[in-house]
Amino acid sequence: MSRPELETIGVMAAMAAACSLPGVLLVLRRMVLVGDAISHVLLPGIVIAYFFVNDAASPFLLLGAALSGVVTVALVEVLQRSRLIKEDAAIGLVFPAMFSIGVILVSMNLRNVHLDVDRVLLGSAELACINPTEVFGWSLPRAMVVLLAITLINLVFLLLFLKELQLVIFDAALAASFGFMPFLLHYAMMTIVSLTTVAAFEAVGSVLVLAFFAVPVATARLLTHRLLPLFGLSAIVGIVTAIGGTMLAFQLDTTIAGTTTTLLGLVFCVVFCFAPDSGLVAQYLRRRQQVRSLHETMLLIHLLTHEKTPAEIDEASEGNLPRHLAWTATHVNALVSDAKSKGLIIVQNGICRLTDSGRRSAQQSIRTPGFVSITDRPGKSRDS
Amino acid sequence: MIDPTLQTVTLGTAAIGAVAGLVGTFAVVRRQSLQGDAISHAALPGVSLAFLLGGRSVDMILLGAAVTGLLAMLTVSVIVRNSRLSFDVVLGGVLAVYFGLGVTLLEYVKRNVSGATLHGLDRYLFGQAAMMRNDDLEAILALGGVIIVVLLLFWKPIQLVAFDADFAHTLGFSVRRVDALLAALLVAAVVIGLQAIGVVLMSALIVAPAVAARQWTSRLATLVVLAACLGALAGVGGTLLSHWLSDDSLRIPTGPTIVLVVTAMVAISLILNLRSGR
Repeated sequence: MSRPELETIGVMAAMAAACSLPGVLLVLRRMVLVGDAISHVLLPGIVIAYFFVNDAASPFLLLGAALSGVVTVALVEVLQRSRLIKEDAAIGLVFPAMFSIGVILVSMNLRNVHLDVDRVLLGSAELACINPTEVFGWSLPRAMVVLLAITLINLVFLLLFLKELQLVIFDAALAASFGFMPFLLHYAMMTIVSLTTVAAFEAVGSVLVLAFFAVPVATARLLTHRLLPLFGLSAIVGIVTAIGGTMLAFQLDTTIAGTTTTLLGLVFCVVFCFAPDSGLVAQYLRRRQQVRSLHETMLLIHLLTHEKTPAEIDEASEGNLPRHLAWTATHVNALVSDAKSKGLIIVQNGICRLTDSGRRSAQQSIRTPGFVSITDRPGKSRDS
Repeated sequence: MIDPTLQTVTLGTAAIGAVAGLVGTFAVVRRQSLQGDAISHAALPGVSLAFLLGGRSVDMILLGAAVTGLLAMLTVSVIVRNSRLSFDVVLGGVLAVYFGLGVTLLEYVKRNVSGATLHGLDRYLFGQAAMMRNDDLEAILALGGVIIVVLLLFWKPIQLVAFDADFAHTLGFSVRRVDALLAALLVAAVVIGLQAIGVVLMSALIVAPAVAARQWTSRLATLVVLAACLGALAGVGGTLLSHWLSDDSLRIPTGPTIVLVVTAMVAISLILNLRSGR
């Protein structure tokens, strides 16, 4: 692998690392769509800053972009506080308006300047390595250095305010009553998000930053319930996918930003289907298991009810069980052979009979308070 | 007297604004305003895919956009129903991943389909109202008419779900089906505006008319009609304004002007509402 390729991979990995912390905060505070809005208003921020400095390479452009992100958050907040507009509508109002201002300003004043809108929206990871910078004697891509610095800032922020962040995430009202100033912390968080977006959009473009905010955290969220593992896991998912996606893009000779984001989507899909506890397959198996165990209990109680009564020959005969319990014959056969192998019933001359342990199990089920109340309920509701 | 081209464009943007306002009202009332944003981004892979499969006509490309837009909404609803992730995360993630897929497909089309004169991404992102022709207008009016008819046909369940989804559920209406219908209508509304207004700005036309109208009325039927009127007005106002402000040396794009006009409507409505202290 050539050096420019390695450097591009480094830039993408640093981008994923930088995005992971703000991503977790956005997801847990349910503010992902605010992140969406911030990523859309970079363009007007850059354009307006350009009017002041008149230099397409100035770092003030990025400062302007970051500032416009914070302004957007503040505007959304003001609209929401008025109680005349709900949050989602406020977001949907503010960012297209700011974006429109940006587009109109570009078309009015910057006709001679090449401000590539494609590049703002889609980024250019491919070009990130042509801008080297010296750090401690090493020549590294500028974007990578900036992104690593942002990652470091984010980490320090997390370590300094971990307790406060945890409190605000889990119970904002409680945090406020403790005097933790959720307002200040909120704006600090939004500044972090805004800065990270600005640093990352050079690599993947403003829309796809959103992918790195939301998707790794969503994936990790399916794998863990705890906060600290969530931080680590989403960083790992993001970084590994970024590296894999970049290498894949080199193989296929196509867009890095697009390939990486598509790969993120695929990784999420796989986890969504196969996550050990909350994946679709696990959910399906668990539901099936619950149905099986409930039906087993019902079968045992059915046998207990008719045990040693004249109707037993009819009710407990293996061939008649499907009709009496209103289940398919295959389902009954599976249940019966399962219960037989567990030693709960035996089958004599086609009649199912409870064993001692089967009888005990059925009697216990009936005595369980929850079970009785379930069977009682229809009668009660008829009375009322 | 205005020239025929401008007349076509003005009529077209008015129709787009009216339909967006009409359907957008339900998205705003259901607190899912940003669905329009997600749909318009998710339309990109559809546009590229239609082109890749040989579709060159506007109809085919819009059909592709509608298909992936709907698919994105379906993805969101499947994930939200089967996991503990909240709506905003799923919407944001799906939006970005579909857009990324679209970017990848577009790149592939640019490189591998010979003679691919696919309109630049700029055009798709910001729209070009000035390029609207009579057959585009006819398509917009036809699809807009279909949307209105469907809304009228299903008015009762839609109204009930918009007003109180839980209550609708207890009455035996399928909230999920009504939501799916509304999402489909929203996809149609976004798709007809895509060419003229563009991806990013279509979401404003979905949200803003309803928010402005909401400051004047609390009745759903009035709200819907008022939002449609404001949307149409914004379309006309924005188109004419951008026409008057433009001259040979300076072109003010129509889409963003429409968005600023409709945003101004919201601002005025909000201020009047605040001052009247309602």
